Amino acid sequence: MSTTDLAAVGKEVPGRGGAPRDQRPVRRKNTWRWLPIAPATVLLLLFLAGPIAYCAYIAFTDMQLTGQASASFVGFDNFKKAFADENFRNSVLLTLVFTLISSILGQNTLGLTLASLMARSTRFVRSATGAVVICAWVLPEIVAGFLLYTFFSKEGTLNEILAFLHLPSQNWLYTLPIIAVSFANVWRGTAFSMLVYSAALSEIPKEVTESAEVDGAGSWQRLWRITLPMIRRSIGTNLMLNTLQTLSVFGLIWAMTRGGPGNRSQTLPIFMYDQAFNKSLIGYGTAVALLLLVVGALFSLVYLRLMREEV
Amino acid sequence: MMSVRPTGPLVLSVAAVLAAGTLTACGGGSASDPNTIKIAFPKDTDNKVTVRDNYVKDMAAEFEKEHKGKKVKIIPIQASAQDYVTKLQQMMRSPKTAPDLVYEDTFLINSDIKSGYLRPLDDYTGKWDDWKQFDSTAKSAAKGQDGKTYGILDGTDTRALWFNKKIFKKAGLPEDWKPKTWDDVLKAARTVKKKVPGKIPLNVFTGKGVSEAAAMQGFEMLLYGTGQDPLYDTKSKKWVKGSQGFKDSLDFVKTVYGEHLGPEVDQALSPTMQTKVVTDLLPKEKLAIALDGSWLGQQWLKTGGSPWPEWDETMSMAPMPTQNGEAPGEVSMSGGWTWSIPQKSKNPELAWQMIEHMQSKKNAVEWCVRGAQIAVRDDVAADPKYLNSMPGIKFFTKRVEHTQYRPTLPVYPQVSTAIQEAMEGVTTGDASVGEAAKSYDEQLESITDGAVVKK
Repeated sequence: MSTTDLAAVGKEVPGRGGAPRDQRPVRRKNTWRWLPIAPATVLLLLFLAGPIAYCAYIAFTDMQLTGQASASFVGFDNFKKAFADENFRNSVLLTLVFTLISSILGQNTLGLTLASLMARSTRFVRSATGAVVICAWVLPEIVAGFLLYTFFSKEGTLNEILAFLHLPSQNWLYTLPIIAVSFANVWRGTAFSMLVYSAALSEIPKEVTESAEVDGAGSWQRLWRITLPMIRRSIGTNLMLNTLQTLSVFGLIWAMTRGGPGNRSQTLPIFMYDQAFNKSLIGYGTAVALLLLVVGALFSLVYLRLMREEV
Repeated sequence: MMSVRPTGPLVLSVAAVLAAGTLTACGGGSASDPNTIKIAFPKDTDNKVTVRDNYVKDMAAEFEKEHKGKKVKIIPIQASAQDYVTKLQQMMRSPKTAPDLVYEDTFLINSDIKSGYLRPLDDYTGKWDDWKQFDSTAKSAAKGQDGKTYGILDGTDTRALWFNKKIFKKAGLPEDWKPKTWDDVLKAARTVKKKVPGKIPLNVFTGKGVSEAAAMQGFEMLLYGTGQDPLYDTKSKKWVKGSQGFKDSLDFVKTVYGEHLGPEVDQALSPTMQTKVVTDLLPKEKLAIALDGSWLGQQWLKTGGSPWPEWDETMSMAPMPTQNGEAPGEVSMSGGWTWSIPQKSKNPELAWQMIEHMQSKKNAVEWCVRGAQIAVRDDVAADPKYLNSMPGIKFFTKRVEHTQYRPTLPVYPQVSTAIQEAMEGVTTGDASVGEAAKSYDEQLESITDGAVVKK
């Protein structure tokens, strides 16, 4: 806060004396300031706003990938169909379960735990752990998907290990696919949270923690009263980015289960692909994509609101 | 304001990563060149299976030699059956990506014709001498509802039961097995399960993983044995809903997987199951009975993906019976693939020359032999090289007499997906036969805009 205030004050002071003379250079400066971000803005409009607008248009048509001479406007039919569709509701539920388990509980908590453990450990442990965890994050999604498929599948690594330890084997890809893909997403995405929290934790001044310790605060109390309140902004940011990323996970689930068996791991992105490309109903699939966008926007609003409080 | 600061770079980098991802996914368009034709066809998910790749490569090399200055660019699409279809349709939507020649499954062709993806070939076939060699079903295989021809069929297929004589012997079943009813098939499977443990008694393709193979090799081979016009009523021109035959067929699938007469469910639902049966389960003698297609032998030739030249000492075939032995006592379904030219191709003329090249008599025979196809041309069918190409060719050619075809309508691919879903439901046990049939009926009604009739 303090630096921005100072800058604002600094600008105002010379302006007061000769406002008309200074106006022009300031404005010109402002236009020039736009220049560096202009390419990014154009790209965003072209490749982000453009497709979204096109998507919004298609969502109101009955466009098909095949079997149709020309598409026509159908109003809200696709949306009505979605809300009446049992499979759509199933997908919404699975998406929420997937997001809750893998992002909010898994990646977020595990990331924080790892970060705080790393803050206390030696440099060697820190860099070794960091390297291993980040490896999972750096892997392309589809590679991670196949790796985890071979890990969880019936003749996979996990069952080999379980057999070696004389423990009963699992077949989660078939019996509990949503849990299997959630674990996979935790494995893959924890590094991101860990990085965010490592940065946040390192910014807590030592004096604060130390004085709390002197005052006799135990480690739980310090976590609850000092650490968490001080990094709550990072928590909010991390939760938001994590949630948005998890909502749109496609490749990982597609490689591991293709949404099956049946529709037991069919989250919204998979459902949307299935409708648009397997069933050729591009219009309906796009409408679902738009609804997914709304779900994401709702989550973001909630987090933004949480972050704004008590500033 | 300040709160944005620390995360600013993060947001930017995330945006950059996302943008990079999206941008790279869209790349790959290639400039067109009047002397180059692009041929798109499916490549098996198993890298060892290269029968079609090799054939197209050989044809391309010959074509380039005969047509100086012309180039053939082959685009093998390595994907599961459903993904191939999706990719091809998307390629054909834009002139920038449209190939000049595509390999189309006949189940799809009417749907793609209606979408305007393909070019009518009548101007070419009219001037083509070899066209009169094609039999009438081959000529109608790729005919649109406007009466024009949109593809050249390069072979057909039939379907029946393959069984392992050695496993049958161990189970005390006859080597000249000829089931009369569905029950006979299930009885044999149960006997294998009891007497020869460790072997998979019976495979019936199911679920969305193997896509059309589940609907055609699996479900329709059952359904068409339950009565006349069980899927689409040709008289009223409406799709059939609520039929007992449909439920009985689902019940058969449920029995196979419920009683563990089939492969493990997760294996059965895997997209690679079709390849696994022909390159692994059958040649390694892990599977006793397979309801499958006439083309399996192509993988067992010396040129195939899983060479097993002495397969006829182990394997034998039997026609698939009707439900209770109703006339004509057997069921077979036929399909096939055509070479078609997309509407947005920039070199249709040259592409047609490539079709003519592949369909010269010599090359047509070559494909039928290598691909274990059933000939659709009279001159190929009479060729001694074709007739002696493989044991079993006589058996499968004989099935043509009572074979049936899928409804050649644009909505068929969507109906097929609905069938696959119903099958997957009863296979996993997530749905009862009644529930799966009901959900199929509902989907059918929406797919066909209510053009359904209760039977």
